[in-house]
Amino acid sequence: MAEQNASTAIEAVESGLAAQGYIASRQIATAVYLSDKIEKPILVEGPAGVGKTELAKAIAAWRGMKMIRLQCYEGLDEAKALYEWKYAKQLLYTQILKDKLGEVLGGAQTLQAALAQLHDFGDVFFSKEFVEPRPLLQALGQPGGCVLLIDEIDKSDAEFESLLLEILSDFQVTIPELGTVSAITPPTVILTSNSERDLGDALKRRCLHLHIGFPEQRLEERIVESRVPGLSQTLRRQMVGFIHEIRSLDLKKLPSVSETIDWARVLVLLQAAELDTEIVKDTLNVLLKYEADIEAAAPHVTTFIAKAARSNVFG
Amino acid sequence: MTPVRENLHRFFRAARGAGVHVSPAESIDAMRAVAQVGFSDRVILRDTLLLTLAKSQDEKLALGDCFDLFFSQPEPNQDQPDAQRDEDGSQDTGNTPSSDEAGGDQQPDNLGPLAQMLLSQDRNAIAAAIASASGAASLSDIRYSTQRGLFSGRILDAMGLQRLRDDLDDLTATNPALAERLRTALDALREAVRDTVSQGLALYAREEAENLRNEILRNAPLARIERRQVAEMRALIRQIARRLRERYSKPRKRQRRGHLDVRRTLRRNAAWGGIPFLTAWKRKHRDRPKIVALCDVSGSVAQVSDFFLLLIHSLHEVVDDVRSFAFSSNLIEVSDILEKKSPEEAMAEIMAKVGFGSSDYGSALVDFESDFMQALTPQTTVIVLGDARSNNLDPRADILRRISERSKRLVWLNPEGRLAWGFGDSEMPRYATFCSVVRQCATAQQLERAVSDIVATYQ
Repeated sequence: MAEQNASTAIEAVESGLAAQGYIASRQIATAVYLSDKIEKPILVEGPAGVGKTELAKAIAAWRGMKMIRLQCYEGLDEAKALYEWKYAKQLLYTQILKDKLGEVLGGAQTLQAALAQLHDFGDVFFSKEFVEPRPLLQALGQPGGCVLLIDEIDKSDAEFESLLLEILSDFQVTIPELGTVSAITPPTVILTSNSERDLGDALKRRCLHLHIGFPEQRLEERIVESRVPGLSQTLRRQMVGFIHEIRSLDLKKLPSVSETIDWARVLVLLQAAELDTEIVKDTLNVLLKYEADIEAAAPHVTTFIAKAARSNVFG
Repeated sequence: MTPVRENLHRFFRAARGAGVHVSPAESIDAMRAVAQVGFSDRVILRDTLLLTLAKSQDEKLALGDCFDLFFSQPEPNQDQPDAQRDEDGSQDTGNTPSSDEAGGDQQPDNLGPLAQMLLSQDRNAIAAAIASASGAASLSDIRYSTQRGLFSGRILDAMGLQRLRDDLDDLTATNPALAERLRTALDALREAVRDTVSQGLALYAREEAENLRNEILRNAPLARIERRQVAEMRALIRQIARRLRERYSKPRKRQRRGHLDVRRTLRRNAAWGGIPFLTAWKRKHRDRPKIVALCDVSGSVAQVSDFFLLLIHSLHEVVDDVRSFAFSSNLIEVSDILEKKSPEEAMAEIMAKVGFGSSDYGSALVDFESDFMQALTPQTTVIVLGDARSNNLDPRADILRRISERSKRLVWLNPEGRLAWGFGDSEMPRYATFCSVVRQCATAQQLERAVSDIVATYQ
């Protein structure tokens, strides 16, 4: 039965992603499992640097599929996302074929007859030969399926969302001159958003909505463990505990997982044995990206280190 | 329909009650997803429903609560056999003889099913009966708290209260002791039904009740709002702000396309010998709203100004630049206070500085002209909020004329009704000649329309 298999299958997703160095929470694994089963895109929201883009990469690596990435920005339109006609090639071909035109129309006596003969040729210039596929169309054309990552969809314009609707719900695209292009194998679609603007209901309705927040302490320790193996366990606990304390502050930009990993790497490079005030103050700029934030956090460093050390003893 | 599906449908209704928008398409997706994962693992089921139904972080929280409340119902039922057995066990030791006596000879078959059920104290059966009766009485249709009595009555009727009453009457004559037991059991049943209905109300009616309350609140005069409603009103104003933001913050590209930009088109197509494959278009320039707000914070107008300032300052995404000034007799700039502090603190500080005096529009306008006139540009909309009651002092309408000349528009929002304008010390008619628009603004709804119109003129 599907029901018994579900929880084992979800665990399989978890371990599969873990093998690629992506430690997923249960909710993330459930989302990945479901999107595969009911063939729906996942819309991932959450603060910057919690691993939204990494998730897509990990899925692609785990399933051994190609990843096609579409980075969204303001002004992105269908010519850059979907397809474009190869204008220059069309132009070149018309120039070359001009000479052949005489041969084709050679037998025609009247203008009417020449037109009729031309019509028989069909629309050579608006055929598959002259379509330049952009990421979305490329994704549909992958015979083995692929992971399509539509990154930072909130940066694009509202009109672009509507363009995505067809591909998201039916995995197909309609090109006026050619007709409808359906996916050979439905791709796994991941959309990410930093919630800079509210996305339309139509788009949200077509997706599974996954929110990735800052991970719990244990989970984050596992993430650091898998990403920066060189760090000792005590130091790992201390630094993750310290970061969790930092996140309780009122800052402009809270440090997220990517900053945690960067910091762990820095600590390994500096060959730190344990967290002390000196080294934290020196490397605080790895964690915090605004001068005001660093100033706000600096007075708390000593207490936070003490707290992290204490929780380390009891935890 | 299978009971499982029916349960899911009831959950969707509950979710709608909790304010999560569940469209038919989404419910179908959720059904498909649930068919994949099954009901056995509660955590996975919860994640699945959150993934398919909720579309934002707020909705996830609301739906999570709703899920916990909804599925907390059946759980006690499953636990109950144990609890009941324990209880039975403890009862058995003491009460076996008496209950045997009572049950043995005095529980005749002529009692109705409900009476027998109550007397046998089979809690599972009773819970099941309540559940099916609430289904029959369509408890999920409950919307308002005033309907509680109605639905309790319906459920009890569906369970066979009438028959029970007859039985009670018969028993009082023949067997008073048993009748007494039955009566206590009936009271307990009534209580259980009342709890069920309350829970149903919490599950299914939240949104409806909120809508009704908001509707009333929207049309309540802002100036005479009760203290306990202030927090609710603030929430409503924030909602309005969100709606306005959503409506006006999206850039509208297509409308902004102007004439063909010949120079850029030629340059862009130089590679193709000047044949214009790619066209370049000029953009129409569109300003974001710049607003200067002058708010009367004296006496009765203060409360309206409070909500107005809250609204204007929650429109960051839509409005480029807001400068707010507050006055009763002298005028100060309050933009910084409003930006940096929470609404409650900010209002308290403004009130401490200039509030609650007797209003003098003339001197406030003089203050504005001498210190802040340069803040006005031809793109600025000036909004004055006040009742224009200047205590018979010089209104200085000439300054208002100069303000009107320097700005794009001058909008006057007056909390008083049109009828009161011009009576007593109201200078409204004199000021009105220099205003682009004068409108009444006494309720949240009028406030929303006024601000919406102002922002719309920039679109």
